[in-house]
Amino acid sequence: MDKNLFEYAPAPESRALVSIKAQYGLFINGAWVEPKTKDKFATINPANEEVLSKISQASDSDVDRAVKAARAAYLKTWSKMPAKERGKYLFRIARIMQERAREFAVLETLDNGKPIRESRDVDVPLAAAHFFYHAGWADKLDYAGLGINPKPHGVVGQIIPWNFPLLMLAWKIAPALATGNTVVLKPAETTPLTALLFAEICQQAELPAGVVNIITGDGATGAALVNHPGIDKIAFTGSTEVGKLIARSIAISGKSVTLELGGKAANIVFEDAPIDEAVEGIVNGIFFNQGHVCCAGSRLIVQENIYDELLAKLKRRMSLIRVGDPLDKNTDLGAINSAAQLAKIKELSASGDTEGAFRWNPDCQLPSKGFWFAPTIFTGVTQSHRIAREEIFGPVLSVLTFRTPQEAIEKANNTPYGLSAGIWSEKGSRILWASKALKAGVIWANTFNKFDPASPFGGYKESGWGREGGRHGLAPYLKGTK
Amino acid sequence: MVTLIDGSEVSLRKYLGALSGVDKVGADQRAAMLGTRSIKTKSKSWAIDMAIRMVDLTSLEGADTAGKVRAICAKAVHPDPTDFSVPSVGAVCVYNDLVKIARESLNLNGGSHIPVAAVTTAFPSGRASLKVKIQDTQDALNDGATEIDMVIDRGAFLAGKLGLVFDEITAIKAVCGNRAQLKVILETGELTTYDNVRKASFIAMLAGADFIKTSTGKVSPAATPPVVLVMLEAVRDYYLQTGMRIGVKAAGGIRTTKDAIKQLVLVNEVAGPEWLNPHLFRIGASALLNDLLMQRMKAASGFYSGSNYVTLD
Repeated sequence: MDKNLFEYAPAPESRALVSIKAQYGLFINGAWVEPKTKDKFATINPANEEVLSKISQASDSDVDRAVKAARAAYLKTWSKMPAKERGKYLFRIARIMQERAREFAVLETLDNGKPIRESRDVDVPLAAAHFFYHAGWADKLDYAGLGINPKPHGVVGQIIPWNFPLLMLAWKIAPALATGNTVVLKPAETTPLTALLFAEICQQAELPAGVVNIITGDGATGAALVNHPGIDKIAFTGSTEVGKLIARSIAISGKSVTLELGGKAANIVFEDAPIDEAVEGIVNGIFFNQGHVCCAGSRLIVQENIYDELLAKLKRRMSLIRVGDPLDKNTDLGAINSAAQLAKIKELSASGDTEGAFRWNPDCQLPSKGFWFAPTIFTGVTQSHRIAREEIFGPVLSVLTFRTPQEAIEKANNTPYGLSAGIWSEKGSRILWASKALKAGVIWANTFNKFDPASPFGGYKESGWGREGGRHGLAPYLKGTK
Repeated sequence: MVTLIDGSEVSLRKYLGALSGVDKVGADQRAAMLGTRSIKTKSKSWAIDMAIRMVDLTSLEGADTAGKVRAICAKAVHPDPTDFSVPSVGAVCVYNDLVKIARESLNLNGGSHIPVAAVTTAFPSGRASLKVKIQDTQDALNDGATEIDMVIDRGAFLAGKLGLVFDEITAIKAVCGNRAQLKVILETGELTTYDNVRKASFIAMLAGADFIKTSTGKVSPAATPPVVLVMLEAVRDYYLQTGMRIGVKAAGGIRTTKDAIKQLVLVNEVAGPEWLNPHLFRIGASALLNDLLMQRMKAASGFYSGSNYVTLD
């Protein structure tokens, strides 16, 4: 019996919790409507490539309908409603989201490929928390330090990515509604299902028609939304590449914009770090959500004199990562979201091999169907390697070393990005010094990937414009404030 | 064997000073995450039997009597009188004046293979002279104890007299010789910080402990998951440095099968599966055993029979 290892038997969460329709329309003006062109595309489960549903491709005229509905709702109901009534709707949405948390978690895992442990324990509770937090702000905007009686923009166009579909929706919709705007939101092409379930919640909460409109489609739909003259403000989370396109296309339009883009965060481990927790932080920093995280700690910058010890512990820890069925409650690393993303991760990793870095990954059996990539580290990485500069957006960590604290900061800041950074040290003065010197919007000390609705989030340099969350995150949704 | 220190307080302090710290937030978070592991069906059955084999069935009351000790000894051999496929527990743990009765009683019940552990060194406070502590241990050994659960001097530890703590453990280790294995109780609830737990774990291992044990059971909190996590990290690190595997005993506050399985998950994912046996991991408990038995019956029959179907001792 002693020889028998403690294998964990499969512990799958039940799929029966969700009912997915065979196809979905667009949610415009509080009702489900068919797209004008009748075009549909499939959304699949990336863990096994099963088609989950057919999704509508919104055309320019559908975007126009949605924007008009949002405008009408803004003029007729939402801007006339007392702020505390707006707050009540947000509280109601938050409560329903909690009540239906398991449904959201299963659906998110099916459509996105992330482990149920994360959708259940992180994505959905945080999404609900964002609505609760912003519900509280709705009638207190006068006291946010953003001027007396600050005014909303009107109609906001929001485009969100596929890495945290529901959570990014909450980051966008909750502050927009709390500040009195109405919304047209486009979820990512590969992960629309939780946004469509959210549309059902808006109906269940009896949110006035047109306050939230959800339209699905690819980049063309997004472009139509960005360029629509009836949009007053754009909020976008996604790649730096698309962010630059948006910035160009709205440059002369007078539209307000916030962009939350890519990153290549440095996770700096000093010699006096709490080693075991640093190892956990490194693992959480890069392997959380398959590394599909804009603020992922994708560059480990470790002091040379503890490199061997740290790397041995990191490898040992990585061999415990359980890769597989995202619905299994014991899975730590799920599926890569799409074939295209997998190809990008493979291409960048291959560049690591050819440019002279050393690839290592633990032995792990990857499922034969679906999109999978083993948790991987590259050692011997230098600043000039592509894998040290470009965002991989996958479970791939580049390991670099440093000799002095100054060198660590120089390396960490030597990137066009500046979204987040991590510092590991037991010495308070060093943490304060390093966090001042790092050019990044979010800096974690002795932890990583911690989020809270009260904490502003956003980047320096090419990682974006503006902040989301907290008091700072209200400003971009109000006129005349930043 | 690798020698890490030369036995002097200077070398001990140097060694302890080089240990990395423990970040409380991170350790709590890791333990909580491992607490979400879902152990079902075959793995659960395996874990229940393993947990039973790891139980140090314990009675440490001022009101303990010969009768009480005989009762737990009978139960230690055959925890479920209706099902002899249930394994025996890891050991029986009593005060040192009851060791003889426990030994005889186990032998009478066909449990000569089950060790008797005695708590010594002025358990639970440890507030006595070294002379008394040595005599206390000697008495237990003379009566047939083959495991000694000693307490460290927490007062000395907190006052910074680390050499004193170390020397006491080596003195008791010398008394045990190869007659008994030594479990060193850190009483983590009195050390309070994870840094202290890690430091005390290393002092005990360097001084010759065969097991490091969380608690006496008289102080709360006791074997919380993060404390056990920190101790499991310590034995793992010690193994990486010396090639020697030291055991861990979690004692105090582990009352349900769910608690016990969480401990096994910690062992599996922190120290490693090599520690998943009664030679390297024990759970000090009394009430836990009945819950494990009820869960085992449920796994076999599909329904709960209730507490009337397990023996009260």
